[in-house]
Amino acid sequence: MNMNNSIVSIRNLTKTYKRGNEVIHVLENISLNIGHGEYLALMGPSGSGKSTLLNLIAGLDQADRGSIEVGGIDITALSESELARWRAGNVGFIFQFYNLIPVLTAYENVELPLILTGLSGRERKEHVYTALKVVNMEDRLRHYPSQLSGGQQQRVAIARAIVTDPTILVADEPTGDLDRASAENVLELMDRLNRDMGKTIIMVTHDPWAGNRAHSMRHLDKGVLSGSNPDFL
Amino acid sequence: MLIRILIRNAFRHKLRSILTITGIAIAVLAYGLLHTVIDAWYAGVAASSANRLVTRNSISLVFRLPLSYREKIRVVDGVEIVSYGNWFGGYYRDEKDFFANFAIDPVSYLNLYPEYKISEQEKTSFLKNRKGCLAGKKLTERFGWEVGDSITLTGTIYPGKWEFVLNAVYEGRHKNVDETMFFFHWDYFNETLKKERPFSADTVGFYIIGIDKPENAASIAEAIDATFKNSLAETLTETEKAFQLGFVTMSEAILKAIQLVSFVIIVIILVVVANTMVMSVRERTAEYAVLKTIGFSGVHIAALIIGESMIITLIGGTLGTLATYPAAAVFSNAVGTFFPVFNITIKTIVMDAIVTLIVGLFAGMFPAWRAMSIRISEGLRKIG
Repeated sequence: MNMNNSIVSIRNLTKTYKRGNEVIHVLENISLNIGHGEYLALMGPSGSGKSTLLNLIAGLDQADRGSIEVGGIDITALSESELARWRAGNVGFIFQFYNLIPVLTAYENVELPLILTGLSGRERKEHVYTALKVVNMEDRLRHYPSQLSGGQQQRVAIARAIVTDPTILVADEPTGDLDRASAENVLELMDRLNRDMGKTIIMVTHDPWAGNRAHSMRHLDKGVLSGSNPDFL
Repeated sequence: MLIRILIRNAFRHKLRSILTITGIAIAVLAYGLLHTVIDAWYAGVAASSANRLVTRNSISLVFRLPLSYREKIRVVDGVEIVSYGNWFGGYYRDEKDFFANFAIDPVSYLNLYPEYKISEQEKTSFLKNRKGCLAGKKLTERFGWEVGDSITLTGTIYPGKWEFVLNAVYEGRHKNVDETMFFFHWDYFNETLKKERPFSADTVGFYIIGIDKPENAASIAEAIDATFKNSLAETLTETEKAFQLGFVTMSEAILKAIQLVSFVIIVIILVVVANTMVMSVRERTAEYAVLKTIGFSGVHIAALIIGESMIITLIGGTLGTLATYPAAAVFSNAVGTFFPVFNITIKTIVMDAIVTLIVGLFAGMFPAWRAMSIRISEGLRKIG
């Protein structure tokens, strides 16, 4: 994979947090390329900075230094509102705790990101049905999150993540709250999204079993990136 | 979809929402009721006509004026009708059964008060019968009087038993007309005084003067008072509105206290609703972070929170406003004729609506600002 084929290109990324007078270096001069259709696992112990890196790639947080290009757009140069619009169209999120809105049905949760697009009601309906079909949840669309199991909720959350057909999918510990069988279903589903639909997936996990399902792996430790991928810069 | 979310969010904690809505309803009810009390205090002022002046003894209302002033007032430029009367101060059956009762010159008085609606037949009967009386509809309903009934009042200022026959009942042509008053013939009153208290006869408590144009009120009042300058009974003439305001001014401190209490009620309910919203938003910080993550802007989040606050307050405000009507009816019955006109005005309803909107908006603003300013990564940490 070469740099021209990268969908995510990170250069000299540094992120610090302040805790009182103490400055904590979370990420130190990170550079990384992620190719189109890649399925990457970011691994590392707690506090290694992997979720921070994922948040920066997804435009949820601002870096102190360095640049992040996603799909050719330097997202470090975008304002808050521009970032919000960019996220709506380009990033699908999968969280550890699913984060479905409890007062909305599965159907409505999946429809939520489409509200921000200019799609008509009929088009939104088509997209929602397609996404729910992909995750095998079309028979549970009137169910509220509290009426679904953890695995089912995560599948609805994945449907919500893919319904806008985003450029990248980011998953933060997607199997962290699931039993092994449900986790296997979710990983299988993510596999299919990558393999059959060509989705670029960046997954943060500390579980080697889940990490091994990705096609490439990076390790973060104390804010420093290491890894075996030949494209690692 | 956003509306669906905010409606469902508003009732996510049913008990909390119901208690908050009840609190708002009670606050709006109290606010509406207190404002109706204030309006009731000003009812006499509101019902005043710009075409009427009141002349009384300049020292005090307690002191009377000679009847002979009537002709002198009549010739003042701009004066069209002169009527007169005395406050009688009698009571029916028991001293607690108080209502306003006056001895009046019936023909001129009724000409000056076209807002009293009386059937021609009853009016004629009242004008003909010197012992006849005219009572407001609400007063007749209170005591179960019907036309033809004999009514005995016990005098307090003018002692003795005074007997009347109810010849006519009046209704107000508009809502702010006092329908609890009782009128009888001044001639009957004066003749009785001549026999029993001759020193009080041929004097009146006040003159009511009909004038040609409201803009002439000041000059006519001045001319009337000038006529009686340096006499034994100097006069004070003012518009009917100013005369009525004089009574209200006596209670100004009470009215100010009522206004202050109504304001405090609104502040309290604002704090209660704001607290409810802060609690709700704190519980949903992670959800708002998720919404931001998938592209919802701070404005969307603020709209959700303020919208939820508005829904809760609008429901409470509407219930409170609707409840004001039966509450006002109960209150009005309880206080009897103390507030002869006790109507919920459009102004009160509009004020209820404005207060409701302000509470909804302000209660949602602070939590909305907090939710808008929280960083997504911080919000997501509150999950699990």
